[in-house]
Amino acid sequence: MTSIKNKFTAGIFALFAILIFATPSLAQSVDVNSALNSTLEAIGATASDAALENGATPEEATSAANDAISSIVAEVFGDRDAKIFNTLLFLIGGFLVMWMAAGFTMLETGLVRKKNVSMQALKNIALYSIAGLMFWLIGYNVMYGGEAGGFIGSFSPSNFPEAGAGTAEAGYSVASDWFFQMAFVAATASIVSGAVAERVRLWAFLAFTVVLTGLLYPITGMWQWGGGWLSELGFSDFAGSTLVHSVGGWAALAGVIFIGARNGKYGANGMVTPMPGSSIPLATLGMFILWMGWFGFNGASQLAMGTIADVADISRIFANTNLAAAAGAITAMILVQLIYKKVDVTMVINGALAGLVSITAEPLTPSVPFALFIGAIGGAIVVFTIPLLDKLKLDDVVGAIPVHLLAGIWGTMIVPLTNDGTSYVTQLIGISAIGAFTFIASSIVWLILKVTIGIRVSEEDEALGLDKAEIGVEAYPEF
Amino acid sequence: MKLVMAIIKPSRLENVREALSASDVHGMTVSEVKGYGRQKGHTEIYRGAEYAVNFIPKLKLEIAVKADQADNIVSIIRNSAESGKIGDGKIFVFDLEQVTRIRTGETGDTAL
Repeated sequence: MTSIKNKFTAGIFALFAILIFATPSLAQSVDVNSALNSTLEAIGATASDAALENGATPEEATSAANDAISSIVAEVFGDRDAKIFNTLLFLIGGFLVMWMAAGFTMLETGLVRKKNVSMQALKNIALYSIAGLMFWLIGYNVMYGGEAGGFIGSFSPSNFPEAGAGTAEAGYSVASDWFFQMAFVAATASIVSGAVAERVRLWAFLAFTVVLTGLLYPITGMWQWGGGWLSELGFSDFAGSTLVHSVGGWAALAGVIFIGARNGKYGANGMVTPMPGSSIPLATLGMFILWMGWFGFNGASQLAMGTIADVADISRIFANTNLAAAAGAITAMILVQLIYKKVDVTMVINGALAGLVSITAEPLTPSVPFALFIGAIGGAIVVFTIPLLDKLKLDDVVGAIPVHLLAGIWGTMIVPLTNDGTSYVTQLIGISAIGAFTFIASSIVWLILKVTIGIRVSEEDEALGLDKAEIGVEAYPEF
Repeated sequence: MKLVMAIIKPSRLENVREALSASDVHGMTVSEVKGYGRQKGHTEIYRGAEYAVNFIPKLKLEIAVKADQADNIVSIIRNSAESGKIGDGKIFVFDLEQVTRIRTGETGDTAL
């Protein structure tokens, strides 16, 4: 023991010796900043002299000098730091939202049957990729290249500054804004993929995705986030309960209507045949990945991280987002227990996600109790509307319509409860306008696809499973 | 030779295997099956829709034995597989016409 103590003491002495000898050479490097120091001293001296000329005391003159120095530092470096932090927020938020693509994939593959798992995985890889391509090709400029108060932007690809040439004039770098917004488009597209699963034809679905990500989402997005007519009206959707989730939900609803229910799902006299998913662990993992990605989805929608107020707001958004999800999950759990006497884990998953969708329209202004309330109602909505869809014979495999469309509408409508700058009337106008446009446009696209290439696989292929019929790769070949 | 086929509850497998290994049984085949008899299924509920699960998971054991051993094996299986509750299963005995060991080509009792 003593020998260890001895070694330890010797080590401490050695460390001190190193520091003492190293400090002079560390002091050497401070010389690099001496030019800066003399500039600041000069600014301070000017301010001090001016104060003395106006009859100030020596103490007042010194404090005037200090004020001048600190304000010029804040101006120059504050602006630079704000641009860097704003860009950083977009980059981090962007890859967190990108990670939601994994969440959607796990959730959907877990909730479809084994024979359709490879197809669901492939659809998610493809739609994420298509979203990125289309958003670069035309989407970003359709959404952000328009006139204030307008309806549509311009049709051209996005350009990023050359390597080393970026200046972040807008307060953030161009590419980081493109990247962040692109991830949101992808989220919208994957909402549709879950609803029409197990019977949609791969290429028809991808064709729809091309239109959704290149045109439909950017147009309605332009109306609000692109400075268009809805934003001028005062409509408010912080991170996209309507612009992302309801848009995806309306497109999904149109798809579900035009594609029809899976064979054997609905029988005579309202009989419903459940088709349980292949992996509860995957579905749950998907939910948690989405939950984590949502911190980027909502948090980075603050769109700024250059001030203390901004980071405080982002922190508040993180907290509210988490609590709304928790409230949605618990509410769904309690309701399902009361109604069905057993707690269906898939409904609780949907409940948490509905809580997240609900808070997305306004994650900043609510206090915690309000955030819990908003999330809880979202959770309740899915518990009651999942069976309702079955009654209407609308076969939504993963509950995308209750979670994204209905909770999205709720989240958007309740914004004025905590945000004084909005009104229920304008929220309703926004919801209706975007809803009508998206539903009608989606229906047209689905209809065109249906009568041309067909959107549904044959009955035999549906029974065989899409993995064998269209992919050629079984997800679990040895089971 | 006889083929003894037993349908048992999955949780009893280890018990049955252990009891049989003490006797003159050198191998068996086990498959996962579903079935029902007097033990009815139950209702489950998935996303708000109730459905009946009529078939219950069971295990099927197939054991080839010498003709004079069959009765002994049946009672060993019966004792080790039973739990006293409905759904314990059944044991069937078939005539086994021929047995061949693939590796050596032996047939008959020596192939068992």
